[in-house]
Amino acid sequence: MNPVAISPLDALTINPARETEWISTRIAEIVFGEFKRKGAVIGVSGGIDSSVVAFLCARALGKDRVLVLFTPEADSSPDSLRLGRLVADSLGVTHAVEDISGILRAAGCYERRDNAIRLVVPEYGEGYKSKIVLPNVTEAREYAIFSVVVQSPDGQIKKVRLTAKAYLGILAATNFKQRTRKMMEYHYADLLQYAVAGTPNRLEYDLGFFVKNGDGAADFKPIAHLYKSQVYQLAEYLGVPEEIRRRVPTTDTYSLEQSQEEFYFSLPLEKMDFCLYGKNSGLPAADTAEAAGLTQEQVERVYRMIESTRKATRYLRSNPILVNMKGDLE
Amino acid sequence: MPDLQHELRSYIVENYLFGQGDGFRDGDSFWELGLMDSTGVLELISYLEERYAISLESSEIVPENLDSIEKLTHFVSRKVEDSNASSGGTLATDRPGASQ
Repeated sequence: MNPVAISPLDALTINPARETEWISTRIAEIVFGEFKRKGAVIGVSGGIDSSVVAFLCARALGKDRVLVLFTPEADSSPDSLRLGRLVADSLGVTHAVEDISGILRAAGCYERRDNAIRLVVPEYGEGYKSKIVLPNVTEAREYAIFSVVVQSPDGQIKKVRLTAKAYLGILAATNFKQRTRKMMEYHYADLLQYAVAGTPNRLEYDLGFFVKNGDGAADFKPIAHLYKSQVYQLAEYLGVPEEIRRRVPTTDTYSLEQSQEEFYFSLPLEKMDFCLYGKNSGLPAADTAEAAGLTQEQVERVYRMIESTRKATRYLRSNPILVNMKGDLE
Repeated sequence: MPDLQHELRSYIVENYLFGQGDGFRDGDSFWELGLMDSTGVLELISYLEERYAISLESSEIVPENLDSIEKLTHFVSRKVEDSNASSGGTLATDRPGASQ
């Protein structure tokens, strides 16, 4: 037994006041000092991560130097805009609303997605809703592969395993959403000479749960080092409205309500936190299992999933690679 | 069976190793080598279903069946045999029209 090993529960507990102070100082140094920008734009979805980033930026830069941007589209939950406004009102910061449905329609986002779904559900059409899901990684014996869940206008629900062509078609179409949102954030950043804040937490950043050049693009990412449970601790300290703290994290990308764990982690986020921490810290699966309330075998399976996901998503985290790194290029 | 194994190897090397198959053995685990993510598995399933005219049940999409050339060969061989036994037809792999 390792005498210095800290339990995942203890290790994930932070001092929110100290963490807030440290992050706020860094945000000011980065935005004002390194980038020479006058403030920050934050795309706020009404979820916990973007709300925490908005609160941190307002504290670090001043509320007059923050713009929160809402970018609803045809599939967005009405709650997202309402809760986004709640963040802006709580902070007293400027906000802007840009409905991106028209841009998405013009790009063929919805049509391309629906065509891809029809490859496996031919009857899919007007009035249908959909989402894509993964099996729970600890329960599934098989590979974790995506299925599409569709709901017909009369409420019938059907789940169908995706083919590679259908999956990639849906993904490539829906990624228009995150990239369009980012385009709008940079529009306001250009307009105001601000920098764009990214909102991924550590799970998302480490496991590639973002769209390259979409929500993955930003000038700084102030909570990318924090596990999800740590983001919640910070949210409470910062005074993020309780309704936002209690909201189940969603992707807000598909027309059927879709939790983040269904889409990507296939494991409750608090358990995923323990497993990712255990994996990063080199903890034996048995130790992590106890903290996470999973069996050793389940944790071993999650550890393998983390490893393979990291390999598969390396491309997403990579910056453009210069062919010739010699010379005086930065 | 040797032909099937050779064909499956060609497909895997071409599509997942970009033609660089030197040193890659038929018993090597795709998973351990980081050859396939979940999209890669979906691609493999689509290929097997189209090429060999078989249908994979969710319960069959497991590493025991799909995680190496050898495992794939045994699995596909068995599936094709089962399929032909139930239909009374010829081996899908022998059909001139079996396409990629």
